[in-house]
Amino acid sequence: MTIAFREETFRDDFTFRNSGAGVLRFPFPFHEDRYTYTVNLEPHTAGAAGTAYEHLIDIDEHYLAEMQDRALVLAEDSLRCQALPHMISAQWDALELLMEQQALGYPELFTLTKHGDRWRWINRPMGIDQTFTFGDVSTLPYEPMEYIARQAQGDLCIVDQRDGSLWMDAGIVTSQADWSLDFDIGMNFMEWHASVPLAHEAGVFDRALKFLLNLQQGKPVRRLNWAMTINPRLDTSPENYPKWGPDRTTVTPMNVGEKVYLRVELQSLWRLPRSNAILFVIRCYPINMADIATVPQWARRVRLVLASLPQQIIHYKCLVRFRQTTIDWLAQFDDGAPG
Amino acid sequence: MSISTDMPMRVAEITQVADRVKRFRLERRDGGTLPYFSGGAHVVVTMRDAGGLRRNAYSLMSAPHESSAYAISVLHVEKSRGGSQFMHEQVDLGTELTVSQPVNLFPVDQRGRRHLFLAGGIGITPFMAMLEQLERGGQDFELHYAIRGRSHGAYWRELQGKFGGRVNVYCDAEKVFIPVAKLLDDQPLGTHLYVCGPTGMIDATLTMARHAGWPQQNLHFERFLGPPAGNAFRVILQRSGMDVAVEGRQSILEAVEAAGVDAPFLCRGGACGQCATAVLGLDGALEHNDHYLSDAEKVSNSKLMICVSRFKGRALVLDL
Repeated sequence: MTIAFREETFRDDFTFRNSGAGVLRFPFPFHEDRYTYTVNLEPHTAGAAGTAYEHLIDIDEHYLAEMQDRALVLAEDSLRCQALPHMISAQWDALELLMEQQALGYPELFTLTKHGDRWRWINRPMGIDQTFTFGDVSTLPYEPMEYIARQAQGDLCIVDQRDGSLWMDAGIVTSQADWSLDFDIGMNFMEWHASVPLAHEAGVFDRALKFLLNLQQGKPVRRLNWAMTINPRLDTSPENYPKWGPDRTTVTPMNVGEKVYLRVELQSLWRLPRSNAILFVIRCYPINMADIATVPQWARRVRLVLASLPQQIIHYKCLVRFRQTTIDWLAQFDDGAPG
Repeated sequence: MSISTDMPMRVAEITQVADRVKRFRLERRDGGTLPYFSGGAHVVVTMRDAGGLRRNAYSLMSAPHESSAYAISVLHVEKSRGGSQFMHEQVDLGTELTVSQPVNLFPVDQRGRRHLFLAGGIGITPFMAMLEQLERGGQDFELHYAIRGRSHGAYWRELQGKFGGRVNVYCDAEKVFIPVAKLLDDQPLGTHLYVCGPTGMIDATLTMARHAGWPQQNLHFERFLGPPAGNAFRVILQRSGMDVAVEGRQSILEAVEAAGVDAPFLCRGGACGQCATAVLGLDGALEHNDHYLSDAEKVSNSKLMICVSRFKGRALVLDL
């Protein structure tokens, strides 16, 4: 299978679009007609062809455009990529995992050859042919996590495990839903989740942490998270808030379909072998309401979920300005049939 | 849903390394490579003998970056419940075993500026992989290894050959002991301490370290706790609708597995918390043998670590 990579932007003129096939492989996140917050972790196993789960690390039609956008973000702000010194072994683990999974899933696009510690990596879409020594940083143009993240879709966070918690000690984050790696670096699991409303009271984070501390090699897990943004902007960071915050005031009944985006994060979590750290791959899938409306069950369900959100979540997810307009617009696609 | 990632393996080499210690080299039956691991990790080895299924956890002692084979060491325990006896007496070259993915509950703290290891007897095994890892990373470490006699201690020669003056050996028979107090008193800030060996050694070392002002976060230890034997009893598994007999030499977890019920586990030594099971009914007394539950949780009688804990009384109903 070959992928037709789209030429598109995630800023300025916002030419990002999903193709028809791209819409159909969208990982739709809602399993009920109302909002619930659950741990929702499940085994990350390969799924059906034509879905975002077909390969454990997913490459899609937006690959090249996303890599260009990441390069722009990093050029403007080098603090989007940080790794504390003790994470170097985990960085190499992450590089190996992503190279192996991309080569396994897409042999026509990527090839990894190993002769002992001497490795050769070929990335055909990006025109890269790199020979390097595994474990020797001086043989790559960047540190290993940054090197592979510039060739892999999705943000990466690598958390160290010690003292009964997980610590955000490395990451490269350029397509985030309003959180900052530079702010969170070095925090533990409870600290970086402290701002999430309601879930703490429900014990969600205690259970999730306990589960993740025992995450096993060879048994990755995944969960879906979601947010909404205006325009297909990947970099909705606190650092750049002045660039995108005001967009939320621009939604009208006339432009909801094109402007309001549901963005789903497919988070896959992997125990890394050499470092015992955990890699979070946070892959972002944006889809606008017009594309959601092409599947009537989706339009109905998004509307019902938005309508059932608790106030704290509406504020936490920053939906105040455009939630009702979106609900009203989606109502026209409701055929009355239950999902 | 549970996915099995266990690996079918075969014994490729057996070495008698000390009076009661054998080293087993394990390779994949299909000749494939094994996952890398981090120093301090263990695997759970599944053995099948006439008595049924047996599972024991063993520290990996081979180099973590070596993917062609794993090595484990097994001490022949006199009053063994059967695992070490089986490994010593029944396992031969070519014996097929099933081995879990590596799990690390005793990792190196990568932030350490210096790593100080205190080993007693067979407690040396996790450190062998840790030292290889630190050596490869060019990190600072020192090992102090206590053995009963020169013919008892596994690996002291090999370690001295490999790591030279960073390995210090102390022999009970020669009346030479680890100068723990002096070592603890004489370390730079940022040193992490790792201790593995008999319970008495671990407890004494940790107590001394705390008195010497060491931060709790810099103290790491692993207890080799096998499931203790006890009286036979029965348990009722509510969800499975089964009534299972637990023999005196069996743990509840082993009995449950033998009955074909899939229960979660990782360490099988009362440390990780994975097998914590809700107690739904109790007429009798729980015998908590784990290091995981808090004292308050233990007296509440609400949970039981079925890998090591037992029961005395008339009826025990578990949420399994």
